[in-house]
Amino acid sequence: MTLATPQLDPASHEGARPVLSVRDLRVTFPSEAGPVQAVRGVGFDLMPGRTLCVVGESGSGKSATAMGIMGLLPPSAGLSGRVLLEGQDLVGLDDRALSRIRGRSIGMVFQDPLSALTPIYSVGRLLSDALRVHQDLTRRAAWEQAVQLLDLVGIPDPRGRAAAFPHEFSGGMRQRVVIALAIANRPAVLVADEPTTALDVTVQAQILDVLRLAQRETGAGLVLITHDLGVVAGHADDVAVMYAGRFVEHADVTELFRRPAMPYTARLLAAVPTVDGGTRRPLVPIGGEPPALVDLPGGCPFAPRCAVALDACRTAEPELRQVPGHGEVACLRATEIADGSLDPKRDAAPVEPRSPEGRAAAGEVVLRVEDLVKTFPITKGAVLKRRIGTLHAVGGVGFELRAGETLALVGESGSGKTTTLLEILRLARPEGGRIEIAGTDVGTLDSAAAVRRLRRDVQIVMQDPLGALDPRMPVFHSLAEPLRAIGRDRAAVRTRVGELLALVGLDAAIGDRFPAALSGGQRQRVGIARALATEPKLLALDEPLSALDVSVQAGVINLLTRLKRELGLAYLVVAHDLAVVRYVSDRIAVMYLGHIVETGDTEAIFADPRHPYTRALLSAIPIPDPGRERTRERVVLTGEPPNAARPPEGCVFVDRCPLYREAGEELKRRCRTERPAQTAVPGSPGHRYACHAV
Amino acid sequence: MSSDATTDVPAGSAGRPDAEPPHPAPSAGPAAKPRTARPADPTAEPHAADPARPDTLPPHAADPAPAHAHLGLGRLYLRRFSRNRLAVAGAVIFALLVLFAAFGGRLTDHAYTDADFAALTQPPSGVHWFGTNQGGNDVYACAVHGLQRSLTIAVSVSVLTIVLAAVIGSGAAYFGGRTERATLAVIHFLLIVPSFLILALVSHRLAGDWRVLIVVLTVFGWMSTARVIWSVSTSLRERDYVKAAEFMGVGPLRIILRHIIPNLGSLLIVNLTLGVVATVLSETALSFLGFGVQTPDVSLGTMLADGATTVTSAPWLFAFPAGLLVLLTVSMTLIGDGLRDALDPTSATGSAGGRR
Repeated sequence: MTLATPQLDPASHEGARPVLSVRDLRVTFPSEAGPVQAVRGVGFDLMPGRTLCVVGESGSGKSATAMGIMGLLPPSAGLSGRVLLEGQDLVGLDDRALSRIRGRSIGMVFQDPLSALTPIYSVGRLLSDALRVHQDLTRRAAWEQAVQLLDLVGIPDPRGRAAAFPHEFSGGMRQRVVIALAIANRPAVLVADEPTTALDVTVQAQILDVLRLAQRETGAGLVLITHDLGVVAGHADDVAVMYAGRFVEHADVTELFRRPAMPYTARLLAAVPTVDGGTRRPLVPIGGEPPALVDLPGGCPFAPRCAVALDACRTAEPELRQVPGHGEVACLRATEIADGSLDPKRDAAPVEPRSPEGRAAAGEVVLRVEDLVKTFPITKGAVLKRRIGTLHAVGGVGFELRAGETLALVGESGSGKTTTLLEILRLARPEGGRIEIAGTDVGTLDSAAAVRRLRRDVQIVMQDPLGALDPRMPVFHSLAEPLRAIGRDRAAVRTRVGELLALVGLDAAIGDRFPAALSGGQRQRVGIARALATEPKLLALDEPLSALDVSVQAGVINLLTRLKRELGLAYLVVAHDLAVVRYVSDRIAVMYLGHIVETGDTEAIFADPRHPYTRALLSAIPIPDPGRERTRERVVLTGEPPNAARPPEGCVFVDRCPLYREAGEELKRRCRTERPAQTAVPGSPGHRYACHAV
Repeated sequence: MSSDATTDVPAGSAGRPDAEPPHPAPSAGPAAKPRTARPADPTAEPHAADPARPDTLPPHAADPAPAHAHLGLGRLYLRRFSRNRLAVAGAVIFALLVLFAAFGGRLTDHAYTDADFAALTQPPSGVHWFGTNQGGNDVYACAVHGLQRSLTIAVSVSVLTIVLAAVIGSGAAYFGGRTERATLAVIHFLLIVPSFLILALVSHRLAGDWRVLIVVLTVFGWMSTARVIWSVSTSLRERDYVKAAEFMGVGPLRIILRHIIPNLGSLLIVNLTLGVVATVLSETALSFLGFGVQTPDVSLGTMLADGATTVTSAPWLFAFPAGLLVLLTVSMTLIGDGLRDALDPTSATGSAGGRR
């Protein structure tokens, strides 16, 4: 199914009254260090049927804004300002009064669809309860409406599925149910807080479409909170960029993307990795970190990170003011930037492009994987476990990785990419196939000492930098641990830890801090430093950037590139985000359901994707450019990855394949019954794909 | 954000309903809260290095100067502990109690075994500071000795219990498989044995030697704590930093000692302080029934038992040991709170300079 994203109705609602008006909203949380000013004077008007995207990095106060509007802040938080919903001020209402409004006039879509649904009730019951709270309906009538709602949000067989419980739905289907709950009483305003962040990228597109449909059905105004500028480009009418608890730019979507007038917005856009276009444009890290919201010093909070800051920027915080032809901007130099006479990205060093020489100089093979197989038993029963099936997590994966080279395994959750990584790191004989690290077949390691020796050569950087560091260990001790494990003495450990901190660009004073006192970027640097402690040859990176903010991401990409060049490392990266992968990897292997469906050089894959799944993945990534994002052709995959317990007999992708549906009888039979072999792309060495239909 | 469904399945199929108990969260605390509330420490803000330009950094020049060399873990914890004034007060009270138990006897000429037949059941006076009991024993001397006895028993039993429980519980959870099942079977068996009866019989046979009492109380006291520690550890075992340590080649014993047990810190400390109180109580109960510390030896428990009968006619017999007991338990609780804050990096009190 190929469709163009519908253009949002440009018909303005001039003369219509705003459904939601927020004036000078302020939220503070108490903390030991003093009040945290999470939101510092936010104001906007939302017209019916319009979408306002609030975009910002973590800690910028966007979720606190949503919670403040909904009146869902914890009791200890302070809330002031005015939230006028259809003329009624919500601030200061008690919980009873708010409960009559929430769900009826204003609906909320949460980030995590699993924890947003009560697990002990069927979704039909949840929906009819939501309806009956606010409307006088009989049980039967409410159930009927619930079924209609499920149908509206695209749940197949709504009547049958209404009796199912939340855990019986997949993530995307759950989020559809949450949307159905939010629109059940046809609210005037919908608030969606990162509605797709917990979902896979192919499912994200479906959910955003459902959200748009729901909005059109109810005519509600939508406040969409997100950190993804691509989503903003595709769905917003108006955009508000938040930084340090305030709107720093509030403008029409096309204006904002065409010429951002606040330096922060401009730098943010320059730091977003993209997949479109023939060539990669360089990423420009913003540098620095967002300020803490306790005792903010005077002046523009972005001034310390800004390339074009004036002295005046550091003394007084600029107010949001109208810039001709552009909306509102909180920057002293906005007019200059808006008319093009000042480049807000001045002096910013871009991420270095991967040097092609680096590729040619690729050294000996560090990792060779052949036909790797991994299955998990599916068991039932608590006391006497019976094996009732087999989960085929990885089925015959093979690749090679040389020193100085980066290979990225890309796929959605459940594709087996992390399992592959963990199998390699386990350093034990795999269930099937062969793993060879630095010339040693791990199957032949017979003693614990041999495993320990090989351990030095393979290290891992984990996805969540906070979770991967022991919260009770100061950074120094975390870094010292791998060194102690290989028996270094005290003095050697101390010197090496100092070296490591300098290597990843951290101050030596960081050594005394606990991980909780570090920022996200610093934590990930510590994670990388720890992995480098034993001077490994192969570094496994499990989603190394997905937990980081866009403005920090580019800096870490830079660091990884530099380390690879200086230390001649080989990286094996696991990621779900193709856009980020484009900036770190030399080669890509796209995985689906435990199989590599396409592999090749990064640019070859981006320029000429062959496998339909690769194409769908690429097209599912939103482009941070409203013009192109709304007009481009998209390949929308239906459904979600199938259960790995019963993989199809033939091609693993057959259930969701757009080409299969259009194929002839003979081809269909082959797709269903015969696993496609890897086919080489002529003229592009190393580029191979597994598909009958291409 | 994408956690691989395939890797989740085996973890889930291990079938642990109680793998995620609502424990006083050893980690993940502040991250889960509104993220804006994170930087509780204004000094902890990134003055580190400009992450934008790692290339232009002081090239390996950041020599680990002694001033910036790491503080010892102990020093760091001590600094954080000393910010909590109540905890320091608790530590002072506890230290005074220990000193009192150790050297209080030097201040009086009476020994707890001496009977002054000229003064039976006398209220406090210049001669007998805390008065005397029905047998003419000096209550002050008895209190000093009883406190010494009770302190030794209570502290050593609860420390031994916690150590045993922590090692067995977290070991069972970390190693899993057969070790885990065998350990749990032993724990569950010991839990259903009527331990108080066995305790009474055993200590009675051994004629109330307080050292035997310590051993017996420990042997029958560790299981329930171990069970709790095991269930919390099963979730710690799945944490990323434990996996990371495994991938770095850290040995299993070290992982248990350095990563799992420290992250049980608050649980252990709460149990330690409660353990002191509970041990005093069970020692009291045993002594009251005549199975614990036996005359002529004295503990706070036996003194309380004696004093309880005459609480109206001779209140000093009850008041002084009871007061000491309260001081002991209160000081333990304050120390426990302070230690928990000091050891817990997510605690706001510890990192924010104790501003309340």
